[in-house]
Amino acid sequence: MPRGPMMQKGMQAMPKIRKGTVPRLIKYVFSGYKAYWIIVALCIVASSISGVIANTYLQELIDDCIVPGIQNGMDAVAKDLIKILVTMGSIYVVGVIASFLYTRLGAIITQGTLKRFRVDMFHKMESLPIKYFDTHAHGDIMSTYTNDTDALRQMIGQSLPQIFQSLISLVAIFVMMIYYSLWMTLLVIVIICVMFFIVKVVGGGSAKYMMSQQRSLAAAEGYIEEMVNGQKVVKVFNHEEEGKAKFVELNDKLYSDSSRANRYGNILMPILNNIGNIMYVLLAVFGGLLLLYKAMNVGLQGINVISIGVIVYFLSIARQMAMMIGQTSMQVNMVAMGLAGAGRIFELLDEEPEADNGYVMLVNVVKNPDGTLTESAERTGQWAWKHYHKATDTTTYVELKGNIEMFEVDFGYTSDKIVLHDVSINAKSGEKIAFVGATGAGKTTITNLINRFYDIQDGKIRYDGINVNKIKKADLRRSLGMVLQDINLFTGTVADNIRYGKLDATQEELEAAAKLAGAHDFITRLPKGYDTMLTNNGSELSQGQRQLISIARAALEDPPVMILDEATSSIDTRTEAIVQRGMDNLMKGRTVFVIAHRLSTVRNSDMILVLDHGRIIERGTHDELLALKGTYYKLYTGAFELE
Amino acid sequence: MVIKTIGKSVREYKLPSILTPAFIVVEVVMETVIPMIMAILIDNFDKGMEPILKYGLILVAMAVISLVCGILGGKYAAIASTGLAKNLRQDMYFALQEFSFREIDDFSASSLVTRMTTDVTNLQNAYQMIIRGAIRTPLMLVFAFAMSFSINWKIALIFLAAVPVLGGALAIIVLKVMPFFRKIFKRYDALNNSVQENVRGIRVVKAFVREDYEKEKFGEAVERVRSDFTYAEKILALNNPIMMFMIYTVIMIVAAYGSTLIIDTKESELTTGQLSALIGYATQIMASMMMLSMIMVMITMSIESAKRITEVLNRKPTLVSPENGVKEVPNGDISFRDVNFRYSEKAERNALEDINLEIKSGMTVGIIGGTGSSKSTLIQLIPRLYDVSEGELLVGDRNVKEYDLAALRDAVSVVLQKNVLFAGTIKENLRWGNKYATDEEIERVCKLAQAHEFIEEMPDKYDTFIEQGGTNVSGGQKQRLCIARALLKKPKILILDDSTSAVDTKTDALIRKAMREEIPDTTKIIIAQRVVSVEDADLILVMSGGKIVDRGTHEELMKTSEIYREVYETQSGGKEEEENA
Repeated sequence: MPRGPMMQKGMQAMPKIRKGTVPRLIKYVFSGYKAYWIIVALCIVASSISGVIANTYLQELIDDCIVPGIQNGMDAVAKDLIKILVTMGSIYVVGVIASFLYTRLGAIITQGTLKRFRVDMFHKMESLPIKYFDTHAHGDIMSTYTNDTDALRQMIGQSLPQIFQSLISLVAIFVMMIYYSLWMTLLVIVIICVMFFIVKVVGGGSAKYMMSQQRSLAAAEGYIEEMVNGQKVVKVFNHEEEGKAKFVELNDKLYSDSSRANRYGNILMPILNNIGNIMYVLLAVFGGLLLLYKAMNVGLQGINVISIGVIVYFLSIARQMAMMIGQTSMQVNMVAMGLAGAGRIFELLDEEPEADNGYVMLVNVVKNPDGTLTESAERTGQWAWKHYHKATDTTTYVELKGNIEMFEVDFGYTSDKIVLHDVSINAKSGEKIAFVGATGAGKTTITNLINRFYDIQDGKIRYDGINVNKIKKADLRRSLGMVLQDINLFTGTVADNIRYGKLDATQEELEAAAKLAGAHDFITRLPKGYDTMLTNNGSELSQGQRQLISIARAALEDPPVMILDEATSSIDTRTEAIVQRGMDNLMKGRTVFVIAHRLSTVRNSDMILVLDHGRIIERGTHDELLALKGTYYKLYTGAFELE
Repeated sequence: MVIKTIGKSVREYKLPSILTPAFIVVEVVMETVIPMIMAILIDNFDKGMEPILKYGLILVAMAVISLVCGILGGKYAAIASTGLAKNLRQDMYFALQEFSFREIDDFSASSLVTRMTTDVTNLQNAYQMIIRGAIRTPLMLVFAFAMSFSINWKIALIFLAAVPVLGGALAIIVLKVMPFFRKIFKRYDALNNSVQENVRGIRVVKAFVREDYEKEKFGEAVERVRSDFTYAEKILALNNPIMMFMIYTVIMIVAAYGSTLIIDTKESELTTGQLSALIGYATQIMASMMMLSMIMVMITMSIESAKRITEVLNRKPTLVSPENGVKEVPNGDISFRDVNFRYSEKAERNALEDINLEIKSGMTVGIIGGTGSSKSTLIQLIPRLYDVSEGELLVGDRNVKEYDLAALRDAVSVVLQKNVLFAGTIKENLRWGNKYATDEEIERVCKLAQAHEFIEEMPDKYDTFIEQGGTNVSGGQKQRLCIARALLKKPKILILDDSTSAVDTKTDALIRKAMREEIPDTTKIIIAQRVVSVEDADLILVMSGGKIVDRGTHEELMKTSEIYREVYETQSGGKEEEENA
């Protein structure tokens, strides 16, 4: 029962529903808990029908016991009275038990189904390519888990059973009505048509204002968010009054729209209730007339003269029906929203997962004296690529070194717009390769290709001489350490976060990695040291501290190839120098790719590649590039802006 | 306390808030009298059409009254609740405008946004529920009882006996479930948080090949939500059957006892019509009990939101403008005298310690120091964004506390490190600095901040629309616009907190040159990561751990300050090489 978003739920207008959602949802929902579903359905039927039937016994009680009883005395009707009461009682007991069973089983089914949905969604999400996340707004993905799942819960757990129950009751009531009197039933039908018409009119007006309420709510909340986040700037510029004026305007608009929308929502029930009352009167008058003129009554029970009991029965169910229709009409909107949510959930479940046709695996090996490698089941600290050659049915082992070569690579995030042209790089184990260039020049893109977050359009990338396409993605990525531009820490302790690099790391290994990254010092000064809890992407820490933790995390993984994408951008230059010394030690004999804004970070690289609009325009060491007096020189002397 | 504070925001919606229950009272009266009339009608059924028409007409009249009151009640309830929501949002927004940095820090921006949106919506719904349901339901109970007693007190006693039983059962269920739901909310938040972290950090997850680990973690979180939720809902599932059971039991007893009574007394104590009316009242009473328990749950749940709102409304800003504050800052002199500063009284460590500093009008002061050395803290004291904890701070030879806040902040212009542009045109954004600035003035400061050139290259020049958060300009451009905006104030003191970090060194130098030449009398304080940005300052402060550890000019510091030299070397080693080459 989530809070905020749920409460606004009811205010949304009729949403669009994806094609084919209904049959698929039915299949998905009913594929689990089959036995439970059957019991639930039976119980709903039993409980609704018992409610309806029990009421008819009240009528029998009046007709068969009380009326004759008044004339003939208690003794004459005692037997019938007891019989009717016992029957009524038994029906009630059945109704209560059925209602208990279906609400309880319903809770189990709903929560179980939601769990299945969530797990399926999450598993699918984890399997999706990076492209999916780059092309979908994160808020939208989140909303599938929150709003859409909530709408689904509301629908499965509440609306559907209630609608089902109301439908069964209505059918049962109609059958009973027709059983007793066709004429009276016809009158009821006419009045119900009027009710539906009113529901439609009021509902339509409500939907219209819901939409404008939704819009002004979004506008007001957007403004609040912008201004509150910029509140410090507001203060610095004494801009409070101007901000208030715009706020008041948006807030008033929201008020007028939402009060109108709520008004429509509030008046539906009183209208239906009182139509119920008027229906009561009409039925009474009509019944009275039938009674007065002893009109011929037609019903499934036969043709006879209408009795007071029958009229009383019609009267008693008239109001009941009005209320039932009111409640059901409230649920229709919920169902529509649930279906729209289900549609979006299925859309996520239908996404194509990341393809992986790689078969070369990373395995532990022991190096034999003759230089050959033997696979080992234990952790040996030495790794090799296990390469099975189908043509010759042989398996070779290639030592993991970290040589990365790119040959004439072309790449575009979409096929019509190539962002990397003809990129060739040869990074040898132990080298430090740096990428320099403006935002959008393609630096990060290149690293996205090495770990196959994206696949190249043309050219080749080889890892230790093996085409990366042949390597299993998981193994490829395991051999690459990454410190990314956008730092992401997870809820958990500092230690948990560093351990992300190597789940079975000991405390010593952990601290060693933290020391190497220059993070140990500040971590020990945190209130609980390594056990300090981090939440909300580590908002407790400064940007620089978060960066140090993410470096420690990669250092713990200790991979042969490391990619540092603006890894030290938020650390002051003095601390950076310390981190760099540590990293240089760690990366001895390994390949490092560095992307940095600050040229002081890349200066000691073995090779600096200057990128411009997706092409490598200069390459060489720092001194070579300065001597060239080209773009790098201009950047270095400050004639260009790197943004 | 909470109710009192929230109540203050009702204001002009007091009338609708009173009218709503008033109409509802009439509606309830009608709703309870109607079954009574219906009973009379049934009893007179065998007496021909006349009584039917008579009572029918009465019923229709009552239904119309009930309808009108229902519609009006609904209308005023909508006005009152959405009106309260409007006022609460506005009161919070206005209260926020009075907050100083300290209060903003305490609440955090994201929490303030939640309070002004989700929490207000929760309260709006609860308020509507209260003014409609909290009157309606108890009233319904009372009336239904009154009617029942007036028909037959013995049978009414049966109802009365049933009420505590049902009430007790519902109360037990609610009490048992409520804490569980609070726990579920937390679990639910954790679950969503875990999804969010995965969506945002998917590159980390994939780069470390931790998909299976994350799936397992998520699976556990989902299972916790499922089992807790199922447990709570299972308890809640008792609600309906219990109520049905109570209603049915009461109906059975009434039917048995009532029919015996009718037959035995030959309708003298109870009529057939009254019997069905009593059964109707029984249903009404039990249903009201059920509603009451739901309202209780709603209110308890909204109390959390109400508390969070009142926290904002009742928070007194720690820093207020003095009455009759001095409106004019004479010059840009700054003087720190034995200043200590702590962010909160409970903080163990001073964020700033023992600061003594004299800055004369027109000086350029550079500040260098590592992350966490409290550079930003130091400069935020000058426009009184925070108050010093000990010691005193003078601007223009007067304690900052003596100035009218707006006047002080107009004279001291800060370009904050975390700076933002707002949705609107470039011009609109710049005019934050000075509402009445002419186009010429705007152009002049933009030239000063080296922003004019790129603005001219934009499609709509100064009327180019800036997206929320300034996402459609580069970091360097954004910084220059922020500097221009600050310059437009014509401040006596200009403070740049790491404001040129994304600007290239050449442009950075041009900005500094322009400031030196064009606004020589303005005191300039520059916090920077790059030594080149402060190299030519009249005074450079080296900060570490909240203290000024070294001070002097570039030349002096190169000789005396180890930290400064180190920073300089890490950054400019290349230049020396180049010079040597």
